[in-house]
This record gives sequence, C-alpha cells and structure tokens, in this order.
Amino acid sequence: MSKSKDSMKVTRRSVLAGTAATTGALMFGGVAPLHFIRNAHAQEFPGDPGNNSSIVLGFNVPQTGPYSDEGADELRAYELAVKHLNGEGDGGMLNTMQPSELQGNGILGKKVEYVTGDTQTKSDAARSSARRMIERDNVAMVTGGSSSGVAIAVQSLCQEMGVIFMAGLTHSNDTTGKDKRRYGFRHFFNAYMSGQALAPILEDEYGNDRKAYHLTADYTWGWTQEESIRDATENIGWETVETVKTPVGAGDFSQYLTPVQDSDADVLILNHYGNDMVNSLTQAVQFGMKERVANGKDFAIVVPLYSRLMAQGAGEAAKGILGTSNWHWSLQDEGSQAFVKSFGQEYGFPPSQAAHTCYVQTLLYANACEMAGTFAPWEVIRSLEGFEFDGMGNGPTLYRAEDHQCFKDVLVVRGKANPESEFDILEVVQQVPRSQVEYPADKWGGELGPYKPGE
Amino acid sequence: MDAILLQIMNGLDKGGAYALIALGLTLVFGTLGVVNFAHGALFMLGAFVAVTLNKLLSLSVRVKDESVTMFDAYKETPYLELWFGDVGSQVINWSVPLSILIAIPLMLLIGVVMERGLIRHFYRRSHAEQILVTFGLAIVLQEILKLMFGANPIPQSTPDVISGSADLSMIFGIGETISYPWWRLIYLLFSLIVIGLVFSFLHFTTYGMVVRAGMADRETVELLGINIEKRFTIVFGIAAIVAGLAGVMYTPILPPDYHMGMEFLVISFVVVVVGGMGSLPGAVAAGFLLGLLHSFASMTAVKDIFPGIDQIIIYLVAVVILLTRPRGLLGRRGVMES
Repeated sequence: MSKSKDSMKVTRRSVLAGTAATTGALMFGGVAPLHFIRNAHAQEFPGDPGNNSSIVLGFNVPQTGPYSDEGADELRAYELAVKHLNGEGDGGMLNTMQPSELQGNGILGKKVEYVTGDTQTKSDAARSSARRMIERDNVAMVTGGSSSGVAIAVQSLCQEMGVIFMAGLTHSNDTTGKDKRRYGFRHFFNAYMSGQALAPILEDEYGNDRKAYHLTADYTWGWTQEESIRDATENIGWETVETVKTPVGAGDFSQYLTPVQDSDADVLILNHYGNDMVNSLTQAVQFGMKERVANGKDFAIVVPLYSRLMAQGAGEAAKGILGTSNWHWSLQDEGSQAFVKSFGQEYGFPPSQAAHTCYVQTLLYANACEMAGTFAPWEVIRSLEGFEFDGMGNGPTLYRAEDHQCFKDVLVVRGKANPESEFDILEVVQQVPRSQVEYPADKWGGELGPYKPGE
Repeated sequence: MDAILLQIMNGLDKGGAYALIALGLTLVFGTLGVVNFAHGALFMLGAFVAVTLNKLLSLSVRVKDESVTMFDAYKETPYLELWFGDVGSQVINWSVPLSILIAIPLMLLIGVVMERGLIRHFYRRSHAEQILVTFGLAIVLQEILKLMFGANPIPQSTPDVISGSADLSMIFGIGETISYPWWRLIYLLFSLIVIGLVFSFLHFTTYGMVVRAGMADRETVELLGINIEKRFTIVFGIAAIVAGLAGVMYTPILPPDYHMGMEFLVISFVVVVVGGMGSLPGAVAAGFLLGLLHSFASMTAVKDIFPGIDQIIIYLVAVVILLTRPRGLLGRRGVMES
C-alpha cells in the first residue's frame, strides 16, 4: 500500500525532470536516417533514368510552417507544369515560351513523374527530404522554395550530390550571391532588385526626408533585404533610425511594434514574409500606425517583398501599402495570360508569384534537358547558363551564366484600395525595366564550383 | 516615459495570457497531482471554438463572380447576411465575443470527458506515464485539428467598433499620442476578470473552500465523507474553461493554428515553475512578471546591450529563480515534495 502511494507521489524534481525531458524530445525530435536506395544499378549520374520510360522530379515545398500557403500554391503550379510537359491540358506557357524545344511529350521522350516533400520551412527537414528524394526516389532535379534559408541549405546539398536545384521562391541576395552554386538556379528576383525598383517610387510617394524603422526576420533573407532596402532608401536621402531583428514565427510582434511609436520614425519597413508578414502588418495596423502622424507627416508602412497570398491574409490592413513582386496575375502579356488561364481553369483562382516562378523553373529545366539532349546535369547546366528567353511573363529574361540569376523586369505593387473581386488585391504601380535593377555578378563574391562534383 | 508605459501595457497583456494558462495548469496540479501536458491543447481547442463558430456563422452561397473573366471565380455571400441583412453581418462580425458563450459549456464538457475518460486512469501510475499520456493526447488533438482545419493559421477579426486603437495618452493624461489596440486592452481586462472569478470561487464559496481543503489534505476531507474526486473533476473542467476562454479571446491577436497550444505550453510550464508549484497566486504573479520581462527585453535599448536577449529572457529568469529560490516565487515548503 505504502509502496504504491510513494510511486504516485508528485515531487517537484520529478516534474521538472519530466518537463525538461519531454520538452527536449519535442525540440530535438529528428528524422530517422534512410538507407533505402532504389534503382541501385550503375548510373552515370544521380537521377539517371537509364532505360526507364519516365523521369522523376522532386518537388520539395513547405507544406507546414510559416510559408505553407506559398508552398501549397507552388505544388499546384508544379503539378500543372507536369501536366503540360506530358501533353495534357491546354499547354499553358509551352505555347508562348521562346525559344522552346518542348513538344508536350515529356522530357526527351520520357514521361514526367514527381514526388513531393515537406520542407516544414526548416533547413534540416528540407535537406533530409531532398536527400530522400535523391537517394530513394532517384529524382533528376529538385525544386521548391519559399524560404531562402531553406533554399540555400538544399542548394548546397544538391551541389554535393550532383543534382540540379531549381530554386522556387527565394529572395535573399545570398542565394545567387555569396552562397551561389553551380547546381543551383534562380528565376525569382532578389532583395537588391526590390530595393532598386522600389526606392524611386518611395521617393515620389513619400519624399526624401523620411526616417525609417526596420523590423527584420532574423535569417539570411531578412538580413539581405534589410541591407538592400536600407542602402536604396538612404540613397534617396532617407535616414535609418533603427533596425530590429525579430525571430521567424514570432506570432505576436507587439513587443517589437510598441517601441516604433516611441522612436521618431515616420516609416515602418517590414522585412517579413508569409505568416510573419500577415501578423506583423495586421498588428501594426491594430496599433494605429496607418492613422498615425509623425514629424508632421502621415506615417507610412512599406512591405518590400509582397505577394497576393499575403495581402489576402492581411485583408484590410494591406490596402495602400507599397512593395515589390516578381510577377502578378493581372499582367497582360501573352505568357502570363496563358498561365493564368490554365491555372485558373484547373484550380478556380489565379496563381501566386510563387506558383509562377515554380512553373517557369520546371519548364526551363525541361527545355534545358531537351537542348542538351541528355539528363546529365553538367550538360543541362551548360544549356541553362546564359540562356535567353521570352514569353514567360516578365519580358525578355537572361539566366546569367556567372551567378545563375535571372534578370527581368520587376513589379512595384500596392494593396488595392477598392478591389473589384476577391483576387483583385494588388495593383501594379510600375513595371520597372530590367536595366534599372542589374548589378555586377561579383557584387557579393562567392564561387559557383565545379560542373562535376568532386572535380 | 512613453516607451516604458507602452512596454508595461504590452507586458501586462502578454502576461494575462500566460497567467490564464498557468492558472489552469496549477489548479490541475494542485487538485489532481497530474502534470497536464494536454493543457496547451485546451487553449488551442478554445481558439478553434471561435474559428468554428465564425465558419458556421459565415456559411455562404456561392455566386459566380462576373468581374473575373479569365476563369470561373465565385463570390461568397453568407446566409446570415442574405436573411437578416445588416444584423446578420453584425452577428458574424461579433463572432469572437459570441464564442465565449459557447466555449464555456463546451470546454467544461471537454474537460470533464478528458478527466473522466482518460486522465483518471493514470492517477495511480508513475509520473512519467502521466506526462506521456497527456502529451500523447495533446499530439492527437493537434493532429485532429490539423486534419479538420489545415496547417495554416486562420485569422479572426475583432468587431469593427473595437478594431482600432485607444489613445493611451488621453487615458493617462500624458504627452504625445500613444495608441494601443482596444482588443489588447480588453484582453487584459478579461484576463483580470477571469482570474478574479476563479479566486472568488475558491475563496468565497463553500464548494471552493472544500476544494482548497482537499488540495491541502485530501485524506481528511475524504474521511469527512465528502466525494472530493467529483469536485476535482469539476475543477479540471474549470481549468479547461479558463484555458479555452484564454484561447477564444487570443484569436484576434494571433491567428490560431494547430500548433499554438504547444508554443504556449512550454512558456506556461516555466510560469508555473517560477511562480512556485501548486501556488495559484504564484502562477498569476509569475505570468505577469514574465510577460513584462519579455516585453522589456524586446526593447531596442536592451537588445543593443544584450543581443538576442528577447528570445531567452524567460528561460534565463527561470534558471536564476530556481537557483536562488528552488521552490519558485511563492512556493511553500512541503508542496509537491517527497
């Protein structure tokens, strides 16, 4: 009797130990290593389909975590791209891409199949998911995005394993700057381009005597965006009052927003993306920052990297707020229209910029394989390097060979005051020409590395 | 001065949420002797009561949106708006406060079912097993909600009339304009009222007195012929209501997702430990204290001296307090000690 009583006694030490142990298990719960390797026959390169009648692509996107909205839309775009490559549906941008060797019969005559993974918006989960795709599913290419931290981590893994990585949504300067890789390619624009495109419009809108306060997501993308926007706004005469780093997924940003009111800033720049941005913008508006008057001027909020999905989440709060976007569904060029039409018919709503870049990346990879006549990554890389194309949404575009960054027009957008439909949330203020956002390839250093791993 | 006032307000409203969750945890600790790792899940369930009510109220008819020509898009008009016009849209607009009325009986029911159905079977099991089973329950509830509502946060809005911010300088009669969102002020007031109600219940009602007697000496109370187990079940239900209401009211501040319970649970355990295990006033005091510290640690002036302090302050304070006062701030000798 006394024994059983003793065993159920709650002691402070046992509670503490139990709490610590369980929290520890929660925090460090890892993923078991995978040792299954299919197609273990001799391959010339990873992902080599050999005599198989199909080729497998790996779509590695955030299906949970702060960027999961974008991830879901990326996946829709990939599935649409696979359909079009295999000759199903209306063909979308296959009909508008110039030049193109794609015929709608798969890639190099092989049917396109795919596997998906969840990056959870975490580098380690993304890497293990990518490794699983490469080792177990024998994918010829990995693609996906929505976080630069994740993109950079997966890109370097792909370099080590000799598999091409077509980055999805990643906006950090580092992705094709100091962390660029031979096996990594980015169609999306970057923070530097956002700053260069946005600054002149901020000057027109708010003048050149402004004091800016930055809240910045504390990881590679946030840092480079803060630096780029800061440089660009200081060039037009703005002063940077304060820059504050906030943890990703902080949820409640109020403790970072209250000090803004006490500073002498009259502009708040939110270097946040995804749910973080929805939360920080909504909360900033709740704190009355849209109606605020500081230094005799109307207080302004700027969101340098914008997306329609985010604006939708932020609802009313996003109205009138300026930012930049890689692409928007309301563009009237032939390629954009073709893509919006097939995406809209498939899913009932327009694609996001994340969906657009992922769709385009998949087609560009497929076309590069056709041009190279092989899936051997080093040959495909050579076809992509310096490739110039048009008909995919942002006018004539160059895949620069020196850093694998695409150069094209950038959109400055604003949250629409009177939307006509539930998707009509952003309006394009200006399509800033490519020449205004170009920069030298060695701006941030970094090395691409060899064409063949280990060379 | 303004900066300090703002951070105090901010700390208090954060602290309100911490205190509410920690209060429920401590109640369950004190009465049933169970470390309830599913307590965060109760907070999350409360938040999803608000989400569900909002979804039910805004059930809509889909009408084709003619302004979209590229594809078939639909505009949604809620039935309530069709049937009752402005009154209908007002009801939808007030869905979060309305959820409180539904959350109270629902959370009581969930609490009682959870205690009677599962947790009661583990009273005589080891402590580690109790932690495992409640933690497992939390994961199950979390995954069920993820299945039902998806992984993305679902924003909830405050009623329009209180969606803006209050001018604190008017209220306190000081200097420049300082605004603070109405809803956060309401949250603070709400948490103080709930805390007050729980304390009044325990101190000023006979029922509460018996519960307190049971917390202090269960055997003697049982010898007096009182069915203390039944009362403790009700206390578990009350703890569930408190956590649930904290969740309902928190939805306009932070869009709820399936993971929100876990995030708050870890902090709440720290609050309980810092406050002193089994001490209700300790839990409340520690909740507000840690909220304030968290808020002040996020000030730029502080972060300039100690970079990253905002992210570790709560745990740092817990370590310091446990080293200097191993029983926590208001913990008494002999409580939960062998």
